[in-house]
Amino acid sequence: MAATLTGEPGRGGAVAPGDGSHGKGGKRSARQRRFGPSRRDVGDRASRPGFLWAVPGALFFTVFAVVPLGLVAVLSFYSWGGLGSPQWAGTANWTKLLHDPVMLRSLWLSVLLTLLGVVVQTPLSLLLGVWAAGPQRNRAVLSAIYFVPLLLSATAISVLWRALLDPNFGIPSQLTWLFGNGNLFGHQNTAIGVLVWVAAWQYTPFHTLIYQGAARAVPEVLYQAAEIDGAGRVRKFFHITIPQLRNAMVTSVILMVVGGLTTFDTVLILTQGGPGTDTTITAYYMYQQAFKSFDFGTGAAIALLLVVVSTIISLIVVRASGYDKMRSVNEGL
Amino acid sequence: MRYPTTVRALRRANWGAGFGSLVWLFLVGLPVYVVVAASLQTTSDFTRGGPLSWPRHLTFANFSADFSTGFGRYFLNTVLLTAAVVAIVLLLVPPLAYAIVRARGRVAGTVFRMLLVGLAIPAQAVIVPVFYLISKAGLYDNLIGVILPTAAFALPVCTLVLSGVMRDITPDLYEAMTLDGAGSFRTFFTLVVPLSRTGLSTIVVFSALQAWNGFLFPLVLTQSDSSKVITLGLYDFQTAYGVNVPGLLAAVLMSMIPVLLVYLFARKALVQGLMGVGGK
Repeated sequence: MAATLTGEPGRGGAVAPGDGSHGKGGKRSARQRRFGPSRRDVGDRASRPGFLWAVPGALFFTVFAVVPLGLVAVLSFYSWGGLGSPQWAGTANWTKLLHDPVMLRSLWLSVLLTLLGVVVQTPLSLLLGVWAAGPQRNRAVLSAIYFVPLLLSATAISVLWRALLDPNFGIPSQLTWLFGNGNLFGHQNTAIGVLVWVAAWQYTPFHTLIYQGAARAVPEVLYQAAEIDGAGRVRKFFHITIPQLRNAMVTSVILMVVGGLTTFDTVLILTQGGPGTDTTITAYYMYQQAFKSFDFGTGAAIALLLVVVSTIISLIVVRASGYDKMRSVNEGL
Repeated sequence: MRYPTTVRALRRANWGAGFGSLVWLFLVGLPVYVVVAASLQTTSDFTRGGPLSWPRHLTFANFSADFSTGFGRYFLNTVLLTAAVVAIVLLLVPPLAYAIVRARGRVAGTVFRMLLVGLAIPAQAVIVPVFYLISKAGLYDNLIGVILPTAAFALPVCTLVLSGVMRDITPDLYEAMTLDGAGSFRTFFTLVVPLSRTGLSTIVVFSALQAWNGFLFPLVLTQSDSSKVITLGLYDFQTAYGVNVPGLLAAVLMSMIPVLLVYLFARKALVQGLMGVGGK
């Protein structure tokens, strides 16, 4: 625990908590230490701003993000149809969910979708990121183009792919030798495949960027030493690059997990949770319960469950990867 | 961001990886090609030629048709939403980051910890209470009701990015300001703000992108056409348009163009910001 990655910002190690829409981490303490007032400032003679400078922003954030997070727990014990005032319902929402087969299945589908996302995106973005970390000019241009999907809204991307994969006018209808009858949205397996593919299309660039940054920070001496020992490209990749990118990989996977569990727009637009409830993942089920069936109490309960599950899974990833007790990747240099 | 070491060892040509990256380029490029090509042709041409066809008769009718179905209004609303969110972020984040980086005492640290937790809150998790609060405040179906939570959810990332930049200002400069007799206001406006210009442009691009692409808050918090934004318009078009794929894709293209233009001019700010957040 002595030499955590805290001390080495910019060496491919320190992991950031997230990109805003999704992010979670068990490395708060490391981050805090990094961002807290640093020791060396203590003796300086400069005047300092009072805490009042932080108040407007903090207050604004509290009202619209922190208070709702508390309120979601409270609302999960109320019944509310959107009009009037919420009525106390005790644990009714929770018991209802416990016996709801769609709810349990939606959790499984969320986890499945997330796992598939990690399995597809990690090798892709790892290879692309390491490749893009190279210095040539054409790589810079290509990575600039790769980045484009990340700029587009999930809505635009989903609408676009929905049109591209349309059973009647889309690409599958022209390539029937590859896609069979072409109706990818009609069966659970292919519908899940579409969701995984569209997520990969959208998010691989971001994870590529993570690996690209980390790969650039790998000390070159390691490669030189390996070269002297006669290691080839593949061996260098597996014995140097991948171990060195371990921290980046943990960040990336955690972001994928939390992002995957909270996928919503894509499902709403591409499959509407269908066919039937075959792609009704938890976030979409929450939306359905709250805003389609006007059962906001149940919606709040599902939302809370979603937060709890994604927190637990992130913690498991952190534990399993050994991140919490990981020592510096640069040890031995 | 600086890279302490070079990657000379990776410099030799790697044909396999180069080929793989070209395949990916194709997969990224193909949909973009289809959007552009489809939006420039008539529906009948598109239906006959399929999604991969290049337009034989160029037409801009799809774009004007979109405008006649309300796209202009949605566009305007999105611009308003984006401008307001950026304004709020620019108003609140720099003082907040300044306090986090420079203030003594426990408050700043607590606020920063709170923002870090905030990074982990997905919008879905709080959408029900946000809906509750906004409708209690009488802001349902009002653009202001969308602006407020959207801006709040942009705060953590923006503060994180900006405080990272402000941390790089050396203590000597603050000391010099103090010796000159400057208080925190003058220090903020003559030292901190000018020296964090890169960070400021990053957070502008960030928050603008988030507001422009936002979907969940508008979906849940608005209803009528007069407060609809582009992303919702696209969603509606999709259900309403049926076979008019070119019309739909023209709308998709128009929703993308401003973002791509910003990217063209502000690529550095955006990519560095993302790298700083995601994989430093």
